[in-house]
Parts: sequence; C-alpha cells; structure tokens
Amino acid sequence: MENDKTETVKIPYFPGCTLKTTAKNFEQSALRSMEKLGVEMVELPKWNCCGTVSSLASDDLMKHLAPVRDFIRVEEMNNTGLVDNEYRMLTLCSMCFNTLKQTNIRVTSSPEDLQSVNQFMYLEKDYEGKVDVTHLFELLDSMGFDTIAERVVRSLDGLKIAPYYGCLLLRPKSVGIDNPENPSIIERFISSLGGSPVMNWEAKSRCCGSYHTVDNKAIVIKSVKGIIENAREFGAETIITSCPLCAFNLDNRQEDIMKEFPDFDPMPVFYFTQLLGLALGLGDEVLGLDDNCIDPRPLLKRSGLYE
Amino acid sequence: MKIGVYVCHCGGNISEVVDVEAVSAYAGEQDEVVLHKDYSHLCSDLGQKLIAEDIKKEGLDGVVVSACSHLFHGETFKKVAETGGLNPFMLEMANIREHCAWPHSDTPAAATEKAKEIVQMGIEKVKKNSPLKPLKLSIGKNVLVIGGGIAGIQAALDLGDAGFHVSLVEQKATIGGRMAQLSRTFPTNDCAACILGAKMSDIPKNENIDLYTYSEVEAVTGYIGSFNAKIRRKATFVDDSCVSCGLCADVCPVSLPDEFQWGVIERKAIYQPLDYAVPNKYLIDESACLNIKARKKSGNTEVCRKCEAVCPRDSIHFDREDEIKEIPADTIIVATGYDVFDAKQKPEYGYGRFKNVMIGPEVERVIVHAGEGRPTRDLGKRIGFIQCVGSRDEQLGREYCSRVCCMYATKLSQLITHMATMNGQEKDIYVFYTDMRTFGKGYEEYYKDTMKMGVKFVRGRPAEVTENPETGKVTIKVEDTLTRQMMESEFDTVVLSVGLQLSEGGNRIAEILKLPKSADGFLQEAHPKFRPVDTQTEGVFIAGTAQGPKDIPDTVAQASATAARAMRLMVKGVMEMEPVKAFVHTPLCDGCAVCVDSCPASALSMVEGGTGRIVEINESICRGCGLCIGTCHSDALDLHLFTTGQLLGEVKGALSGRKGHEHRVILFADTMCTYKLADSVGTGKKAYADSVRIIRVPSSSRVTAKLILETFALGADGVFIGDCETKSTPYPGSIPFTGKNVAVVKEILALAGINPERLMFFQFATVMLPAFVRLMNTISETAAEVLTSAQRKMLSEKAGTLFEGGSRGR
Amino acid sequence: MAGKIVLSHHNIDFQKQIEKISGEKITSCDQCGVCSGSCPFTDEMEITPSTMMKMSQLGLPEVMEANSIWICASCFNCMARCPRGLDLSKVAEALRQISLRQAVDSITIENIDKEEAARLPSIALVGAFRKLTG
Repeated sequence: MENDKTETVKIPYFPGCTLKTTAKNFEQSALRSMEKLGVEMVELPKWNCCGTVSSLASDDLMKHLAPVRDFIRVEEMNNTGLVDNEYRMLTLCSMCFNTLKQTNIRVTSSPEDLQSVNQFMYLEKDYEGKVDVTHLFELLDSMGFDTIAERVVRSLDGLKIAPYYGCLLLRPKSVGIDNPENPSIIERFISSLGGSPVMNWEAKSRCCGSYHTVDNKAIVIKSVKGIIENAREFGAETIITSCPLCAFNLDNRQEDIMKEFPDFDPMPVFYFTQLLGLALGLGDEVLGLDDNCIDPRPLLKRSGLYE
Repeated sequence: MKIGVYVCHCGGNISEVVDVEAVSAYAGEQDEVVLHKDYSHLCSDLGQKLIAEDIKKEGLDGVVVSACSHLFHGETFKKVAETGGLNPFMLEMANIREHCAWPHSDTPAAATEKAKEIVQMGIEKVKKNSPLKPLKLSIGKNVLVIGGGIAGIQAALDLGDAGFHVSLVEQKATIGGRMAQLSRTFPTNDCAACILGAKMSDIPKNENIDLYTYSEVEAVTGYIGSFNAKIRRKATFVDDSCVSCGLCADVCPVSLPDEFQWGVIERKAIYQPLDYAVPNKYLIDESACLNIKARKKSGNTEVCRKCEAVCPRDSIHFDREDEIKEIPADTIIVATGYDVFDAKQKPEYGYGRFKNVMIGPEVERVIVHAGEGRPTRDLGKRIGFIQCVGSRDEQLGREYCSRVCCMYATKLSQLITHMATMNGQEKDIYVFYTDMRTFGKGYEEYYKDTMKMGVKFVRGRPAEVTENPETGKVTIKVEDTLTRQMMESEFDTVVLSVGLQLSEGGNRIAEILKLPKSADGFLQEAHPKFRPVDTQTEGVFIAGTAQGPKDIPDTVAQASATAARAMRLMVKGVMEMEPVKAFVHTPLCDGCAVCVDSCPASALSMVEGGTGRIVEINESICRGCGLCIGTCHSDALDLHLFTTGQLLGEVKGALSGRKGHEHRVILFADTMCTYKLADSVGTGKKAYADSVRIIRVPSSSRVTAKLILETFALGADGVFIGDCETKSTPYPGSIPFTGKNVAVVKEILALAGINPERLMFFQFATVMLPAFVRLMNTISETAAEVLTSAQRKMLSEKAGTLFEGGSRGR
Repeated sequence: MAGKIVLSHHNIDFQKQIEKISGEKITSCDQCGVCSGSCPFTDEMEITPSTMMKMSQLGLPEVMEANSIWICASCFNCMARCPRGLDLSKVAEALRQISLRQAVDSITIENIDKEEAARLPSIALVGAFRKLTG
C-alpha cells in the first residue's frame, strides 16, 4: 500500500443521485484519489436524494425532511461503529453540499423547526444536530494543500486551469466555503497539483444556467459561451468544477454552442478530482476521461500528461 | 420626619410602563410620608415649583423624587430643594426610569412592583440623611487637545485666544490633518491649503498653545481637574535649526510612496510632510532611513550620512531617541478624525487589482498636482464615480451614510470638468449613486451647477467593475434604476467614493480614555441632541469626525462648541461635588489606629480626644473611598452620604416588597462606572433580571465585609459589587481591598454551606452593556433559590464576629 | 404609454403574502439596483430584479406575469451584494410559490425531448421540476 505511512481516516460520504449516474467519473476519481491520501469515504447506508435545490420558502419545512433523514444516517453510522466519532458528512457535488448545508443551518439554528421535523419522522431516531456538512475542497484544505503537493507524482506543470466556483460553493455567505467575492481555495488546490491557476477571471462564480438546461437551453448556451470565452481570454486551457450540473452545462452544452457558432473553439472541462487523480498517478480506468464530452486527452498529451 | 414623595411620569417614559399612581399611593402608606404626588414632568418649571412650594407649605424635611437617574437630573432637584428652603442633601432620587421602567418595559407589572421598592429605598435612605454642605473641586485652565486636524486646530485657537493654556498633540509630523490633503473644498471651491494654511500658522504664533507634533498619547490618568497625559514624542532626527532648505532630500537615496499624497507621488526618507507644514521642518522616516536602520540592526553608524553631510546648519542627528513627556490637563478635547474605508474590502470593484480604479482621496492629490502644473497621472476622458463604497452597506456591517461622499464626488467632477475646459478638453463624467444627499447650506445649488456643467448622475449602485487586461480600461456594470435598463460602460478611470470610519488613532484614544462608541463605530456623545460634544466622562469632549462623519463647516462649529463647553467648566474654576467624606463617630473610636495606615490618601491621623487618643480625618485630603470603614472593628468610621445606616436603610427598602418565594439581588454600584453603566443599559432598553436592586456607592471599598453579610442577613439572596476597571478608577486602592473583602465573605458563605457565587465582584468599563446584562442574569439565576432563615441568622452572627481572632486589623 | 397605478388594500395583502412566504422584509429595499447588475440573467428578464422588488413592495400583481421570477435560478449573487441584506432568491421563490400553489407551472413536461432527458443529469431534472412545478 502506498498510504501505509498514515492511518486511514473514515469519513461518512453522501454521493447524491448524479454521482451514481452521469458523474461516475467524478465519484470514481474522488474515491480513489482520497484513498491515496489516506481517507476512506464510507458511503451512507440507505441515503436518499437531498432535494437538489434548497427550498427558500419560509413556510414549507416539509422540503427539508430529505436532508435531515440523511443527517440521521450519519449519526447512526457513528452509533453503529461504521465510523468513529466522525460527524463530517462529505459531499462532492456542489448542489448537494449547498442544499444539505442550508437545511442543516436552518434546523440547527431553530429548535422549533428541528422539533417539527423530528416529530414528523417515525422510523428514525431524532436528529441531534451533530452533522457538519463538508465539501471535499474543505476537507482537502484542512488536510493542507502542502501535504497534497507532497503526494503529487505527476505534476500538472504549466497547465493553465481556470477554477470555476459556480454559485453554490460560495453563496449564500453562510454556506460558502470561501469569500464569495474573492475566493482562493480552488486556486490553491490547482497550485498544489503543480498547475497554473487562472487568476482574476470574471466568470469564475457566474451562474452557468443551472437547471434551465432542461427547458431553456438558449439561456444556458449563452451563459456557458460567455464563461468559456472569458476563461480563454484570461489564458485558460481548461476549466475545473465540482458540480455535475455545471459540468454538464459547461462540457456537453459546448456541442450545442458549436452547432450554433461553428467558429467556437471548445475547451475541455474536468471534475477537479480527475486532475487530482491524474496528479496522484491514477490511470485512465479510474479517471473516466472517456465520459468527458469535449475530449481532454489531446490537451493532456500536449502538456505531456497523457501517453 | 415629614417626607414628601413625588412620582414622575416623565411624559410617558415611566408612566407607559409603571403604574405611577399605584406607586404614589404605595409611598403614601409608608411611615413618615406625609405627602405623595404623581406628576407628568417633575423637571419642568411647574414641576419644580410644585415641589419647592410643598416644601415650604408643608414643612417637609425630606423629599424623594422618583424619576430619572441621579446622574441625569439629580443636580436640578437638589436646587429645587434649596429653593424650597431645604438642605439639598435631604432630597433623594429614586431611579425608576433608567433602573426600572426602561429595562423592564416588556414586563410592566413586574416593573411597577420594582418601582415601589425603589421608592421605598429612597424613603428609607432619606430617613437617615443629614444636612450637608457641597464640596468644591477646583478646575484649572489647562486643556489637552488630541488631534491637530481642523477640529483640533479650531478648538486650540478658540481656547488659546481666550487665555487658556492648550497642549495640542498631533501624531503626524505636521498639523493640518485630513483637510490638508484635500484639493479644494465644497461648496465654495476654496483651495484647502489657502484657507487652512493661515489657521495652521496661527498655532505656533499663539503663546498659549504648546504644540507637540509627531507625538502620541500613550496613557491618560486622573479625572476632570487633574488629568495627566503621558505622550511619546517620536524622534524626528532633525532639530529646530532646520530651515527647510531641502538640500538633504535632494541627496537622500531612498524613495518611497508619500502617504500624505495617498501614494500618488513619492518622497524621500528625509522629507517635509507638506510644503506648508507646521512646524516647518524636515524629519527622517526611521523605518526607511539607511543609516538608522543600520544602527538598529548592527550598530554601524557610518552607513549613508549623505543628508548630514550637506545640511548647512548641522540640524541632523541620527542618534536621537523618543522622549516621554507628561502633560497635566484639567479638560480634554478629542479630535482624532477619520480614516477612509479600505476599498479592497469590496473586491468586486477591483481596487488594488486594477490600476485605473482609484479612491476619491487619491484623486484629490492628482488634482492638486495638476493644478500646480506638476506631472501627475492622467485620469483620461471618461471618468465614472461609484458612490457609497463602504457606506450604507450591511454586507460590510456599515449601515451609516458617510455624509460627505455625495458632495466630494460632485466637487471632484466639477473640478475635473473645470480644469479640462480651461485646457480646451472635454470630459465625460458619470456619477453612479443610490441617493444624492446634498443637504448643507449651498450644497443643493452646487449639485445643480455640477449637473449644468454636464456631469451625468445615474441612479444605480454598480454591481462590479471589470478590467480589459489589454487596454487597462475599466467597465462598470450597473442598472440605471430610473430607466430600468442595464448599462455596461467603459471608463478610463473609475473613482470609488470611499466612506469614513473612526481613525486608528481614534480607536486607540477611545481605549485609553474609555470612551464608548456608538453602533457605527464612532465615538458616542453624551446625548445626541442636548450634549452633542460632551462624553460620558466629565471634562472630556469630542469634536469633528471622531464623533461621526461630517463636513468642514460642521467640524469647525463642533470644535468651537467643545472649546466653549470646556471653558464653561474652566472659567467657573470650581465644580460642586457631593461631600463624600469620611467622618468619625467619636464615642466609638477606641484609638487602635488600624485605620490610619489603610487610607490611600493618608487623610487619617491620631489626635488626643476627650477620652484619649482618637482618629481624626483631614477632609481636604480625604477622597471619600470609604476604605477605612472596613478596617474599623468598632464601627467608629463612616462616610457622609453613604453611611452604614443609609445603606442598610436602602437594603431594607429594596427587600420590603419581597414575597416569600421571591429572590433579590443587591447590586452595590460605584458611581463612576457601574452606576453609569446601569443607566446606559436602561437607556438602551436592554432587559436584565428584575430581581436586581441597585444601591449607589462611591467606590466598591465602601462595601465592607460586614455590610455584605448584613445585606444577606436582611434578606438578600445575592450580592453583586461593581467597580471601575483598575486603570480608570479614581480610587485605585479600592480594588485590591474589595478583592480581599469579597474573598473573606465567600469563604464564610462556603463554610455556611451557601454557594459562594451568590457574591460577585466585577470591574466594569462604562461601555460593557452586554456584560452587565449577562452578569446580572447570571447572579439572579444563581440566587434564584431563597436563603433559609437559619442561613441568614448564621450570616448575621458572622457579621458580628468578623473582627474576632486573627482578622482584626486587616 | 405611461402606465398608472391605483393602489388598494389588495396591494398590501399581496405584499404581505410575499413577505410571509419569503421571510424577507421587502419594504426595506432602497432600490439601489445592485441586484440587477449582479444577476447573470438580467438580459433574459422582462423586468429587472430591482423592478421585481419595487413591484413586490407595492404589491403589484403584474409582477407575476414577468418571466423574471422563473428565470431566477437562485445563484444568490444578488443576495451576496444587497446592501440591505435582502435575499432576492427568496422573494423570487415566494412569487413562484404563489403561482405554483395555484397550480400554474412554468414547465411543460411534454415539450422536453426524450433523448435529451435521458442524458441530462438527474440534478438538472429534479432541480427544474422542484423550482418550476413545485
């Protein structure tokens, strides 16, 4: 084992729907990369969908039930010994992270809401409010990007990578993992892998169009085109993200852009864990580069990162 | 005794919470109370007359005014007593406003019950009062003015001209402050240097003003009439023989951004802060000078002595050091001014990242240089101003309007347009605002003139600024909220109209002088309308932007107001003070002399009395801390206005309405900090446990161990003692003394099986509102279970035997 | 043609309904417009976010007719910058809720391409249906 130097840490892991369907490459690359870094992501037993978008209405607590059920699973895992006193609930998907965390803030800051939610559930034990919803970026940051840099076996030297935060990693402020106007966590992540983060590009936290991709493709195409072009203007060769919906919009919708604008120059898009895995020496079978829409391999080959 | 009790409605302030009629009726049922009335405004002329006439007509020899704080209208009612022919010290205030109606406004029924007890406290106290004469504190004519901007200059000149002695302390190397950094001033477009320069030069000419520039106030002790400030005079390394010829700067090899110029141009390590600096001489920046840096690092004194070599008057001395000076003062004026908001805290506007995004103050300097024909940066043709940067923004926790930005942006656009026109150029200037506030005299007209000149005002707060990395041009994205359309407009320069905040120096002085701040972070005036330049601390005044954002006319007016307020005290030369002085119950003194050494002021001595040696008190030296009382084993010592009899009377009153299951906490509050703080808590309508009854004492050391035990014995369930922080108390000796007393009583409580936390001692600053509320709630919870009569009896016995055994002579 | 607003108690009822569902004190909006500039989709909207706020303040039911309330995808950019600390995504959600609770959706399922639906990530579908059909 390569990670025999350090003891493995077990952390409850909430995958969410998309990581089991269209974003398997995200999940695989994350699980295996973290294994290399000495973290075992223990999937929650019997998890359910978080609800995807946080309910913003003050009067329908009902929509917060799903996340609370998942929190109860994390508390159960601690009670049954699946994990040892580890209440961080790890998420990869930005949407899950945001939805879960918004609910957690709401029920832990309002005892009445927590009581109502608990009373509604019959099969589960009460939620005690112990869970700390954690995004993988936050976990990596807490482990120290220096430590990660030490484990890099294939430095992403010279690769110009635009960090795409999107909305839900940063906003609302109470949920965000960094300063919403001036974040730096993904830039630091990129540097730790030896890559060159694209700084100060304007679209790094601009909305990609989100779920409008279902019924209003035009909005998304316009937005994504702007984001890619802005990244290129600031010298980016690729964009990384942590949201499967952003990834779909940024990556797959480029095909639609090309239909409409034949001159459009496509740009490969990665899940950040794919680049993490690449830098840690993981192979193609784990990274799932086949599933990326705009083929990133030519870029990687040019940069000497892929044979 | 014939006592009259008056209950004030305070125009609803009290009567909307407390049932004043019930309180008045309750007072009427008490022994020796011959008259009770409630009245809408006792402090009004008619209210005062009512009391004075009753005193005469009914022959009252004791009065209780149940109204506001003693600290608020106490003096007024003392005069009323005098008018009625009653010794003013036969009148007591029962504070049912700040200590009852206001903090308990959410629980009117409980407030009414509490008010009855507070009135009862006053009645019980007044029964034990005796006629006294007020004391006089002398106030000299020395004023310390902190801050040499336009506010400090104006105050110093007013005072100096009137014959008072002023010490003006400025931390920069020149006076002039922020105003000296401006180009021109609205709404007249006078050049700032032209109108300010004359005033600055008047300062050294005024024989009553001592100027200390490049100096910082490090500590202030004392109180009105006897403040003492310690200031650090930083070394300038250039002596007074300097005539500002400038040869030194010409040869100095070190250049760095000139902070006075907001970094728009550079200066040398030896420099003159301003060409019309006062005092007009050069100084060396020790953090930049090669010689001084080398001396400090390695002791090498020979590195770069170029300036020294060229100085024709041998004015330069690299070996100078800071000096510490003590300045006595009777009154203090704080005029520490403002800093501007750090625009980097709004990253979306790109300040610090984009070279063509500037802040307003930088543009002031660009205009000055351009006006004087010196090389400076070109602002380009298209200029966009963004208003409210760091103002009116809850995202930054800054809700307030900075009041000057609308006008300074308007002024800068006018000046830029005007200069361009003179040079045959055109400018496109846009001001993006949320609301234009041009409220001052002549300001609206000025705004209109600027609009006529072609400056465009667009109503909308810009969302972000972006930069074209190739051209460096900057684009503002904003909604024009009047046409409801989006605008994206490219500019050569974007100017951020940054707001104002209390200066760093102001923060430091606030800490040193223990001045409270208001929610906006500026210094808090004593009353927003009627005492706008006073502070809670007697003899300390605030002027200019330290109190809140304001323009130059308001600043100057306020500065003159502080001078007048300070003169009001100093011209009179005396302040009447409560005659809080220790005295001896002569027959009880057995001449043991233990008290003599305990007095922090050495006011006690032994003399031959009728029955042998007894103690005598020198009233002119006694400070009235009451510490000696606690050292006396025979109860021979006491303190006027706060006699043991009076205090125990108040305790009895405080417990008079207590039903069996109810608990009471007695707070012994020192006048200067804790009592004042309790008033502020009330004024802030901050609720705390209504079991708390407040008894005013001059200092915590007046609360002897015996008094604490007797308070418990009489029926209190918790006792809290509050005093000032050690560095701000007028009675420094009191704090350790009280600490020991409290420890002794806590030990007794523990031995008696009573939770020692029922007794607490805390040192408050007058700004600690949340701490006060929290601690009152804490002790009230701790004391919630009432003590048993057996426990009280035990404590009563202990009170009688405190001085037995080894504790005698403590 | 310039419009004309005639106010009645219905307007106040509507304003209060929005405040209740959103939990936001919309009357404190000072119409600075920073929301509109911060919104990535203002260009797609029939009325700007600040107009949506003004109409909500005044309780004008016409606000429901604008596509703006459906375009908002809760990216929270306006909220991060609002100088009065208002969360406009909650106001947009409240307006959507008022419509959805009367069974007026903004999405027609039949119009979604089957092939397209098969390759869309599940979070896109769940998100869209929760926001646009309740």
